[in-house]
Amino acid sequence: MRVLRLALWRLAASLPTLLLILVGMFLLLQLAPGDTVDALMAQMGGGDARMAEEMRRFYGLDLGIAARLGQYLMRLVTLDLGFSAIYGKPVATVILERLPPTLLLMAASLSFAFFFGLLFGVVAARRVNKWPDTLISMLGLVFYATPSFWFGLMAIVLFSVYLQWLPAGGFGDITQNYTGFAAMLDIARHLVLPTLTLGLIFLAIYLRIMRASMLEVLSLDFVRTARAKGLSETRVVAKHVLRNAMLPMVTLIGLQAGTMLGGSVVVESVFALPGLGRLAYESVVQRDLNTLLGIVFVSALLVIAINFVVDILYARLDPRISAES
Amino acid sequence: MRALKAYFRSPAALVGSAILLAVVIMGVGASWFYPGDPLGLAGRPLQWPGANPRFPLGTDSSGRDIAAQLFHGARISLLIGFVATSISVVIGIAIGAVAGFYGGVTDTVLMRVTEAFQTLPNFLLLLVLVAVFGSTIETVTVAIGLVSWPPVARLTRAEFLSLRTREFVQACRVQGLGDVHLILREVLPNALPPVIVYASVVMAVAILLESALAFLQLSDPNVPSWGNLIGLGRNVLRTEWYVSAIPGVAILLTILGVSLVGQGLNDALNPRIASGR
Repeated sequence: MRVLRLALWRLAASLPTLLLILVGMFLLLQLAPGDTVDALMAQMGGGDARMAEEMRRFYGLDLGIAARLGQYLMRLVTLDLGFSAIYGKPVATVILERLPPTLLLMAASLSFAFFFGLLFGVVAARRVNKWPDTLISMLGLVFYATPSFWFGLMAIVLFSVYLQWLPAGGFGDITQNYTGFAAMLDIARHLVLPTLTLGLIFLAIYLRIMRASMLEVLSLDFVRTARAKGLSETRVVAKHVLRNAMLPMVTLIGLQAGTMLGGSVVVESVFALPGLGRLAYESVVQRDLNTLLGIVFVSALLVIAINFVVDILYARLDPRISAES
Repeated sequence: MRALKAYFRSPAALVGSAILLAVVIMGVGASWFYPGDPLGLAGRPLQWPGANPRFPLGTDSSGRDIAAQLFHGARISLLIGFVATSISVVIGIAIGAVAGFYGGVTDTVLMRVTEAFQTLPNFLLLLVLVAVFGSTIETVTVAIGLVSWPPVARLTRAEFLSLRTREFVQACRVQGLGDVHLILREVLPNALPPVIVYASVVMAVAILLESALAFLQLSDPNVPSWGNLIGLGRNVLRTEWYVSAIPGVAILLTILGVSLVGQGLNDALNPRIASGR
């Protein structure tokens, strides 16, 4: 209960941050050349100035900035993100359609990076300064330095063009009408390369953190006690060290949720995934500022939500938090 | 001096410095190695590397020399990396120093702003900035600097928080020295080493951000950027994959060099602080 209250308190504390982001973004986008009406008029093939004025009044764009900001924030409370002139649908609908691939991609990449980061980190720490450690550390450095979009392209060349093992892009095979389990398998096949591409840099970061954290925990007194009890080394690591050493990694998930979302913009563009990131890219190219603002809002919400989950997870892992009063 | 010696004893630092030096030579000497416009027509398009001795790394789909673009691209990447890093380090230090030194309401407000920047995916913010202010090389560089300062601010703030109550600072305070003097002359020099180390991470991220932006064709199309070339090579990926592959290796090596130098600096400047933060 205490843990939940703590996490909820943190959640409440992020509300001013959210407000700050929204106001900042709204004001920033006022500086952009052209507004929704300009975009609409361009799409309709032009029109006269009187009509533009009519439309501005219709969309409430003739009001002052402060009034419009107030309106925008009021509408956000009811989760009304406005209307996308480019897609001809409410922004909330457009974003909701695009959310599942991104969430799936992020969850898969995170699991991949977390699991292998943990594994490699533990192996490197247990063989510290021997060849497995050196090899893993070098691999981490190279992975960290690899631009994700380039890795994605090279993976397409190798696995899709030459070996033809995996599809080069898309979220599913639209020529086949898969249902049920076959459809899931199809989506999984399409997500293998994007997951590796997005997860690579996080794998590099996690394995480095895990290695350092393992080394630190291994030198603590309670580990010596556990060894003195006569526990085998594997048991010491599995029962006593791992849980404590994982804490910095869990913190990192929350800190890097935003980075991961940003990375998905690039990865989704490489693999033509119809996700939130690709939507962000498209709305920049098409100057669909309403949608862009909506994506910023949803992304911020997503990052805050992930941090909420991480807070709870952290408290569950770290007995000190729930024990102290 | 001792730090310098320690730096050059580390093999990571040596390898990193060598790579970085090579990239710097490429960038500085680009006009000397490849005079003329690297984005101009040089020969028949899509010649494989080695097929024509005039183009050791081949030509792209517009018949431009890939090697020339690689050399001139080194200049762009280093320039953007360096300038954007300077911008973000200056902003980060200023905000972190003020927040950590004064504490209280100032600290709360500044940290809320920092949090807002960290909650927003920085690549998304970069897209918004480019959408609003356009994508010339100058705006892209400034925008990258503007999105990457929060970790620097947090680091600086943490250092200031632990340093401001130390005795040497209090001694200066008793002597009646002003806040500006205390911040700039007393606390900052002691807070700087971890920030300098972290600057290498900022630089690596800045170079990656620019190349990703250029890859999406949202950066300045009139400069020979590595990311640009990878993005253009995407159209011929299935057959002439070398167009994308070669500049990618250049980015990889540059980031590797920057990271290794950072690791070397870390080991030399603050041996007690674990790397990777």
